[in-house]
Amino acid sequence: MSHSTGESPRQAQLRTPLGRVRGAGSAKSGVAHWWGQRVTSIALLPLTIWFIASLATSAGMPHHVAQAWIGHPLNAVLLLALIGLTFHHIAAGLQVVIEDYVKPEGRKMAAVLAVKFACTLLALAAALAVLRIAV
Amino acid sequence: MATFTLPKNSTISKGKHYPAPHGAKKVRSFKIYRWNPDDGENPRTDTYDIDLDACGPMVLDALIKIKNEVDTTLTFRRSCREGICGSCSMNIDGLNTLACLKPIEDVKGEVRIHPLPHMPVVKDLVPDLSQIYAQLRSVEPWLKADTPPPPDGERLQSKEERAKLDGLWECILCFCCSTACPSYWWNGDRYLGPAVLLQAYRWIADSRDEATGERLDALEDPFKLYRCHTIMNCARTCPKGLNPGQAIGEIKKMLAERQV
Repeated sequence: MSHSTGESPRQAQLRTPLGRVRGAGSAKSGVAHWWGQRVTSIALLPLTIWFIASLATSAGMPHHVAQAWIGHPLNAVLLLALIGLTFHHIAAGLQVVIEDYVKPEGRKMAAVLAVKFACTLLALAAALAVLRIAV
Repeated sequence: MATFTLPKNSTISKGKHYPAPHGAKKVRSFKIYRWNPDDGENPRTDTYDIDLDACGPMVLDALIKIKNEVDTTLTFRRSCREGICGSCSMNIDGLNTLACLKPIEDVKGEVRIHPLPHMPVVKDLVPDLSQIYAQLRSVEPWLKADTPPPPDGERLQSKEERAKLDGLWECILCFCCSTACPSYWWNGDRYLGPAVLLQAYRWIADSRDEATGERLDALEDPFKLYRCHTIMNCARTCPKGLNPGQAIGEIKKMLAERQV
């Protein structure tokens, strides 16, 4: 992720433009991130519609009925998929925004890690909530 | 963070006003960005009132008239004056384009002219392009093949293979697109930008080239390639009507296809 080589500003300026542009070369990655963003967004379309429709029809549902609905294996699996994909998608999207705008390198790396940690913890917490009812 | 405001020594002040000669009937104001590295002053916007009855039809004609007849210190690049050399690219009326292809009549009201956005300025309308030229050099925009050419002729292409280069070979490297791209503004030190990526794809798409894999390897990078978020300013601004965004999309597609 970093291409800074710890040079002093003076050395950085004396380096040729081609040397600077080539930098540390290609990271040989990015396809998985890009492809993952697209696949999760397509998968989330039907899942999100299903989730919102379920919420809308469950208004006023008694507590034990709602628990039974979450506990149904199909609903529980779909909820877990929704949780995983949503947080994966959020983390991937926010990472791109951070990479676009946050500088310098250290702060950028810290922000990306913070987003990934937060999304992972939130996903685990949400999954646990479903599993405690379903299992 | 990305810088969204101009530093103090770059804020633009009101400059000089050069009125049109007496008796001029069809007068148009040209507001032009001026900056001289030698005088220590901030940039300014000078206003030149030009009689369009005594001037050619294009914005470049007006610039040449100003330099010849009104203010010889005005500095800009130009060469072919017919849209093939790419020298006179600049921001006219808010859009990057070639001054030689932009009719003055297409601009409503005063004609505002700035250098290509977000590039270091050498002087007035002349941007420093050394980084973007180095980026072009870094994608090795020339034919690479291990197979020697036939001893009795050239490397052949079918009509279909040749057709894949249409929409790519026409690029004249004016860099209107790269300097119109917000991703290139914020991360131009690492993102290659639409012009250079279109050039890279021009060689990836060439059936005679044998280095496709190497070329894709060199581009597979979160910053060199994947800063493109399909904002599409590149296609909107290209004075040659090309679509660099589509070329970048083809590169992404090829990278995905060889892995997924």
